[in-house]
Amino acid sequence: MSSEPRKDASSQDQAQKERSMLLQKQMIGAHYDALATAHEDGRKVVYTFVPGNLTELMRAFDVLPVLPEINALQSGMRKLSGDYIAEAEKQGHSEDVCTYVKCDIGMLKKGNIGPTGKKLPPPDLLLLSYTGCFTFMKWFELLRQEYNCPVAMLHVPYQSDGQIHEHHRDYILDQLRTEVIPKLEQVTGRRYDEDRLREMMRLSAQAEDDLVWVLESAKNVPSPIDAYFGGVYYIGPMFTAFRGTEAGVEYYRTLRQEIEERLRQGLGPVTPDGSLGTERYRLVIEGPPNWTSFREFWKMFYEEGAVVVASSYTKVGGLYDRGFRHDPARPLESLADYCLGCYTNLGLPTRVGLLEQYIRDYRADGFMINSVKSCNSFSVGQLLMLRQLEERTGVPGGFIESDLVDPRYFSAANIKNRIESYLQMLQQKRAVRVQA
Amino acid sequence: MRPELVELTNRARELFDDLDLKAVRAWKEAAPGRKAVGHMPIYVPRELIHAAGMLPVGIVGGGDRLEIIRGDAFFQSYICHIPRSTIELALSHRLDALDGMLFPSICDVIRNLSGMWTMLFPDRYVRYVDVPQNYERAVGGVYWRRELEILREDLGRLAGHTVSDADLSRSIAVYNENRAAIRALYEARSRQPWFYPTSEVFLFLRAGNLLPPEEHTAMLRQYLKLAPLEADRCEQDQSRVVLVGMFCEQPPLGLLLTLERAGCWVVDDDLLLGLRWITCDTPTEGDPLQNLVEAYLNHSAVTASRYLPDGDHGRGLVDSVRQNRAEGVIFCAPSFCDPALLEQPMLVRALEREGIPHTQFKYSEDTGQFAVIREQAGTFSDSIRLWSEA
Repeated sequence: MSSEPRKDASSQDQAQKERSMLLQKQMIGAHYDALATAHEDGRKVVYTFVPGNLTELMRAFDVLPVLPEINALQSGMRKLSGDYIAEAEKQGHSEDVCTYVKCDIGMLKKGNIGPTGKKLPPPDLLLLSYTGCFTFMKWFELLRQEYNCPVAMLHVPYQSDGQIHEHHRDYILDQLRTEVIPKLEQVTGRRYDEDRLREMMRLSAQAEDDLVWVLESAKNVPSPIDAYFGGVYYIGPMFTAFRGTEAGVEYYRTLRQEIEERLRQGLGPVTPDGSLGTERYRLVIEGPPNWTSFREFWKMFYEEGAVVVASSYTKVGGLYDRGFRHDPARPLESLADYCLGCYTNLGLPTRVGLLEQYIRDYRADGFMINSVKSCNSFSVGQLLMLRQLEERTGVPGGFIESDLVDPRYFSAANIKNRIESYLQMLQQKRAVRVQA
Repeated sequence: MRPELVELTNRARELFDDLDLKAVRAWKEAAPGRKAVGHMPIYVPRELIHAAGMLPVGIVGGGDRLEIIRGDAFFQSYICHIPRSTIELALSHRLDALDGMLFPSICDVIRNLSGMWTMLFPDRYVRYVDVPQNYERAVGGVYWRRELEILREDLGRLAGHTVSDADLSRSIAVYNENRAAIRALYEARSRQPWFYPTSEVFLFLRAGNLLPPEEHTAMLRQYLKLAPLEADRCEQDQSRVVLVGMFCEQPPLGLLLTLERAGCWVVDDDLLLGLRWITCDTPTEGDPLQNLVEAYLNHSAVTASRYLPDGDHGRGLVDSVRQNRAEGVIFCAPSFCDPALLEQPMLVRALEREGIPHTQFKYSEDTGQFAVIREQAGTFSDSIRLWSEA
């Protein structure tokens, strides 16, 4: 395959200075700074998960969220996860289980130093939003033993048929009212303020509109964004601590303006080597990325002119592109619907249907599955999904395997070889079609 | 061995080896219109299937007696074995006798397997049984009741008639009897494990996956009567151990034999836990559906797939060690079993607080080599007999 970097060198400097990137960096930095002094400042800290996160509700109580998955992926990107995982395994955690969990526990055992180099505060509450992933439950049971703090359990029923059923919503509402809100009140000493929650949801919905516009900009040919490798940055504020905040609204407004400008200029996605010059392949990707070799992994695609136009991973924290918005008119109900609708909380037939729709709507040439060892929630059934998608769309699929944050499971040569072979096959099919 | 016990054990062994569900087919053919509904581990309310006049069939994969030809093509190497052998059983038409399939919430593997089933077998009834992790009557109880109402309606449609309260109360009574017999067997084994070796107990438990509960109860009662009559079964200098981690993917029979030969009497375990998930009798008077709800909320077994609101992991295991006068614990979990392996460090911590010896290894349902396990279990058994303070 061509080794020529497909980038527009003239826009490299611009790519490195996008205002949205700087904004996000400032927001995250400020958040971790606030966490570092949270307890000295009299603020409470709640640990929770990305899928089904109740950020607006937490913010309405003025608590600061910590997301252990995000800490783990940050540790992966900073090449620290290998040591953390080894530490957890030394303490008796099996080599077979989720490496996010082990990375988090290893980080805790080694001082709980966060991504900005400052110590993370212990939780005042573990908000166990059990959404789409069984391991979440065990993860916080393990953390509970380490921190000896209260847990608020929110069991979100699985949407095996992809539909929200009224008694599922009611079950979540009951848990919010009898378990989650009382525990937040108890920990913070504040009363639940629904008006405050409504206001935050209004802000969330604004930001969500702009995020959806950005993700759907990839329907353009060429796409101005990469909806997987770039997408993980775009979803950052939305999926973590910044829904319901003015900063979040400003970030997504800025990001949208930048993408609108890229569209006007006909620019491709931003990559670490500048703007992608020529879009040769449009792909849909299922599954989370590898974090330990994230840039190397991304480069394997953009070097070949492959752009990811839609991905399922960017939907783990909410399926906004299917129409969901946080709704100030029905705040708790829409939190319930949000939790129920997160991608990994949906049955496999619904997931296949969604990916099929992406392949068609985004005019994809192909789709790839990155199957990660750590995440059974994503991975079990992916080989069947591959076949079903090929049958339904006629588009060929590719399959690669890696892990989230365990560097032992990223075989660069093997993965690069598979990606190149897959793209060659797409090229060959295209040539045959042209000849026909 | 007395001929009656030989005959009974042979029957249990025959059922254990019945991967083609011949027993289920025979049951269906015995009367017109009969149907059978399969279920994966751990817990489903089998009373509802029974009350609909259908046969509940426990499916626990193919063990070590099934060559996996197609199943491996559906699962990556880092996923446990039970889903691949279960898919193999289905694709090779061994599960064709099943008119429906229930997938209870244990872990993400069994959960996603329900979606695979829906796509692979679109003409069959499939339901994911999402048990509540909130045990408040007014919260998880209300949700669970609605789930059971839906399941009752679905099963009634499948059976071709509604499931009445009277039907359900009768089935609750039948399963009370069955669980009482299993409890009696566990209590008897704990008292005199030499009469009831676990490699044999396992066969009789497994029979409960295929037999109608009434027949299974009779079989267990018969075994309880016959086993102590064996004169050559006598007390030996073996260690009393509790086995943990086998609640879903079942070990090969050879593994249990190996533990016994290595000097271990198993006095408690979590094999086929779903058969005795409800730990006491469910009332047969009053609203039967609500009785099932209350039984689940208040009398479920403690295991890794259940959320423990008080966070006291290991309490149940320590209690089991004390009540059964066990000298040690063997963690014996299937490879890649998230619930068992994530729970294990918490259980280890509880045992170490109490000074209870433990060892651990993993298996797959098709493990065929036991030399290392025998050596490890033998060393463990020797060490606790020779060096334990107890």
